[in-house]
Amino acid sequence: MTRHLRKMPLTALFGFAVIFTYACVAIFAPLIAPYPETAIVGPEYMPWSDEFLLGTDSLGRDMLSRLIYAARNTLGIAIATTLIAFILGCSAALFAATMQGWVDQVISRIVDVMMSIPTLITSLLLLTIFGTSVLNLILIIALLYSTVVFRIARAVAMGIVVMDYVEAARIRGEGMFWIMFREVLPNAATPLVAEFGLRFTFVFLTVSALSFLGLGVQPPLADWGAMVRENASLITFGDLTPLLPAGAIALLTLAVNFIVDWMLHVASGLKE
Amino acid sequence: MTTPLPKAGSVNRRGVLLGGAAVGAAVLTGMPNKLYAATPQKGGLLRVAVAQGGSSDTLDPTTFSGSQQIFIGWTLRNNLTEIGSDGALKPELAESWSSDDAQTWVFNLRKGVEFHNGKSLTADDVIASLNMHRGEDSKSGAKSLLASVESIVSEGEHAVKITLTGKNADFPFILSDYHFNICPENPDGSVDVSGTGTGGYILEEFNPGVRTRVRRNPNYWKANSAHFDEGEIILINDPTAATNALVTGAVHAIESSEYKTLALLGRRPNIQVESVPGGFHGTFAMNSAAAPFNNNDLRLAMKYAIDRQAIVDTVLKGHGVVANDHPVSPSMPYHDASIEQRAYDPDKAKFHLKKAGHDSLTMQLSVSDGLYAGATDAVTLYREHAGPSGLDIQVVREPGDGYWSDVWMKKPLFSGSWGPRPVPDMILTTAYASSADWNEGAFSNARFDELLLAARGELDEAKRGEMYGEMQRILSDEGGSIIPFFRSYVYGRNTSIAHSGQLGSDWPLDGHRAMERWWTA
Amino acid sequence: MHAVLKMVVQRVALGVLTLLVVSALVFISVEFLPGDVAEQILGQSATPETLAALRDQLGLNTPPVERYFDWLGGILQGDFGQSVISQRPITELLAQRLGNTLSLALLATLISVPLAVGLGILAALKRNTWVDRTINIGTLTAISFPEYFVAYGLILVFSVKLGWFPSISIVSGTVTFAERIHLTLLPSLTLTMIVTAHMMRMTRASIINLLALPYVEMARLKGASQRRVVVVHALPNAIAPIVNVIALNIAYMIAGVVIVEVVFVYPGLGQLLVDSVAKRDVTVVQAACLIFASAFIIFNLVADVISIVSNPRLLHRK
Repeated sequence: MTRHLRKMPLTALFGFAVIFTYACVAIFAPLIAPYPETAIVGPEYMPWSDEFLLGTDSLGRDMLSRLIYAARNTLGIAIATTLIAFILGCSAALFAATMQGWVDQVISRIVDVMMSIPTLITSLLLLTIFGTSVLNLILIIALLYSTVVFRIARAVAMGIVVMDYVEAARIRGEGMFWIMFREVLPNAATPLVAEFGLRFTFVFLTVSALSFLGLGVQPPLADWGAMVRENASLITFGDLTPLLPAGAIALLTLAVNFIVDWMLHVASGLKE
Repeated sequence: MTTPLPKAGSVNRRGVLLGGAAVGAAVLTGMPNKLYAATPQKGGLLRVAVAQGGSSDTLDPTTFSGSQQIFIGWTLRNNLTEIGSDGALKPELAESWSSDDAQTWVFNLRKGVEFHNGKSLTADDVIASLNMHRGEDSKSGAKSLLASVESIVSEGEHAVKITLTGKNADFPFILSDYHFNICPENPDGSVDVSGTGTGGYILEEFNPGVRTRVRRNPNYWKANSAHFDEGEIILINDPTAATNALVTGAVHAIESSEYKTLALLGRRPNIQVESVPGGFHGTFAMNSAAAPFNNNDLRLAMKYAIDRQAIVDTVLKGHGVVANDHPVSPSMPYHDASIEQRAYDPDKAKFHLKKAGHDSLTMQLSVSDGLYAGATDAVTLYREHAGPSGLDIQVVREPGDGYWSDVWMKKPLFSGSWGPRPVPDMILTTAYASSADWNEGAFSNARFDELLLAARGELDEAKRGEMYGEMQRILSDEGGSIIPFFRSYVYGRNTSIAHSGQLGSDWPLDGHRAMERWWTA
Repeated sequence: MHAVLKMVVQRVALGVLTLLVVSALVFISVEFLPGDVAEQILGQSATPETLAALRDQLGLNTPPVERYFDWLGGILQGDFGQSVISQRPITELLAQRLGNTLSLALLATLISVPLAVGLGILAALKRNTWVDRTINIGTLTAISFPEYFVAYGLILVFSVKLGWFPSISIVSGTVTFAERIHLTLLPSLTLTMIVTAHMMRMTRASIINLLALPYVEMARLKGASQRRVVVVHALPNAIAPIVNVIALNIAYMIAGVVIVEVVFVYPGLGQLLVDSVAKRDVTVVQAACLIFASAFIIFNLVADVISIVSNPRLLHRK
């Protein structure tokens, strides 16, 4: 591993640096932010100045402070959602692929049903029924994403379980769990890691899309996705304020995916 | 009545009781004081974007609720009475009306008016159109407005007699409500709600949720109106998309704009931002029938803890005026300007909170973005204002759909919104009488109810003004609703389209009658 | 080939079952939504009496289970029924919007799939060079912005500043083919920017994943060019995951484009569906969900057939 670390490309290094910075910002938000998260500290739409480094938003809250606190809320939601989605999706997929037969059929059909209703509609229905608390948001998005994870994981795993080494394990009479975790999982890891990088970003986008429909996180909580939505209409007039939270998301997306690329490269065993 | 000058919208009593020909003729033939634009010219196309409605909307007036329906309704049809651009009540299909006692009303219909299908307007059409909203099995949203109607009968072919169960000097105003479009009666006695009307435009294509196309009615009875050859009404739900459409010239006018981009929009060449003061108001309603808000000191604490001016400045960007916890706006008749405006006073709020027996109180205030532009922002600001007094208001943003059925009047503390009404009686009866179905603050005050009933039938102008003044005071000091502001209607118009210079304040887009009132410059 | 045929028949049967379950689930969810049709129609102006009258008129007083089976019976006879609210036949409501939705998805697919797969192969070929990085950074940045933001940005540039394309895309039955392309190009580009990164990255990752396998190594040792190794040896085996991702994204472009439709005022199915959910117009919601679900099932079936055909091991399973 250290060999890989030493040979880590600049992009991956950049990725780790960004994530480390984001993590610090998120953890130490109250110490770093010049103003509280929700306080109205000045007139609305102040330009960038020494007092308000990135100006103020439509209610006169400090933009920089909101961005900093948003790191905390947004990252928290994204990490929790993605992790739950992957744990759910992968275990179901590996289980289905290894067991095959009717188990696979039943799980696949359930997932088919869930996936065949458009994500936004399902979340709209579920959030309207259960309410838009942060916990519901996380659980619902995670559930919806787990179906996508399931499909990809299953597709990969199905390709692998017919490979000779799995056949061999079967013939050796290995148990189902052994096959799942020792043979299939390591070999299915690569495409899943790639998927993880994108899924992570999709959480922000889904929260943002839900804000567009009036759901999403509760005000006055700051969240990048919701902040893009709050300020999106300014873009029509060439005002670049919404680029700040959108840029924060984009930078994180790049960082995560750079690391993912490097991990894929290492995992592939290719030398160049 | 203490208002020194008659405001736009104030009404001459005789004008109401003996409305019609005299008053109406003056308005119709005389130009407004300020000559604003050249004489209207015929021709051209008007494309407007409305913001409320959906693909399941129909043209049945009993189901009318959003602007798509209201605007199309008044493009195709007329009412008996109309609120003019100046806010005054004008005759429309009723040429004149009279009542001796404010209880029995006779409306004389205009003669020689034809529907788009060639049928002549008669009393039967009017009776059928109004009766749709009445009766046991009525599903009309306007049912309660006609609840006091005892009977509607014809007096010959061109007159209708309406008898009320009690006195109501404001009755002709009620008939100007957007639900009371006059439609033709079918031979079998049912009402033709397919879109045929007596209005300035004839329906070409009705594709609800997308686009409705109309063409001018060459046979329109109303002189000097309906100037466009063609019209299109497009539904655009997203305010940014509407702004884009206006900026790129895809539409000529949009119903509503986001306050935050107004200043930017106004700077565009060829675009005029209209800001029309009116009576639209948001409310924060407290259930005053149950703890904790059954304590008036707590209600007062809540009323002192809000910085109204800050909400007008920040959320409305100045397009509105502060309100005083009663729904009678400065542009309405009988507004009592002598009541002292309640100011933001965290100390007084703290004092009343203490008196109510609390050091601090945590509560949840429900709101939905769909109520009005900036509703969530207003609540977010209120939370910040109230914090220092020990009132911890937690913002709960509810989904827009389901809001009226599951949040409004269901939670102890929630946001509401009310469109303007031409006269105080309509809003006070609808939302503040203790027996009202939509008494959102669960307010109950015997003196108030008594005054309301008396004022409705009172024909003496001065006495009536005093009664409405007292009602405003009661609501301001004890009412269950916090009313922080009256909002102006703000919308954008391309300068290639002109209007008289006076815009109706009852609805946006010149009272939703832009198709009839505006013209190509 | 016989095995594939058998699978298709099996899957179609399962698809019908899925649709049945979807319709039941959707019906139940709509029933669970706060407020019913009558309350949504009357909104703020509801009173107990008008609610009762309206419910009676709309036939909401029959028990939900009975209404569901009535509806199901109609479907089996090919009758989608009518909208609960406007009483218009659903086929009439849906027909034009379905056409619009499909034409938008088709245009977006024609642009995005070749683009994404091409970029993916190129990135795999030139991996870890500046070409690879540029493609990566470009597509990842595009995907990082919410779709309405991308849409507003495109409108700012192409309709507000340049005036090349309209900012609202109201297509009606009368537009010509060229007009339709002109009207739907901006929405299609928005969709393209959203879906390209996903497909491109999966293409790249799947190919790279195979490059280290012994048989690819063997091809390389035999002296095959880098391009030949990737396109001839690696790509065919990477088809399964790629096709799966493409199927997901096409299904998304049909069913998930509500926001693009709202921003461009495009009269597609998504907006109708969200509208109908808000109004609790359950028959329309169900019809639209069934169409989306069918699209999803069909595309996935196609993807699976392609995967199986491309992998003999899956085809000749013991």
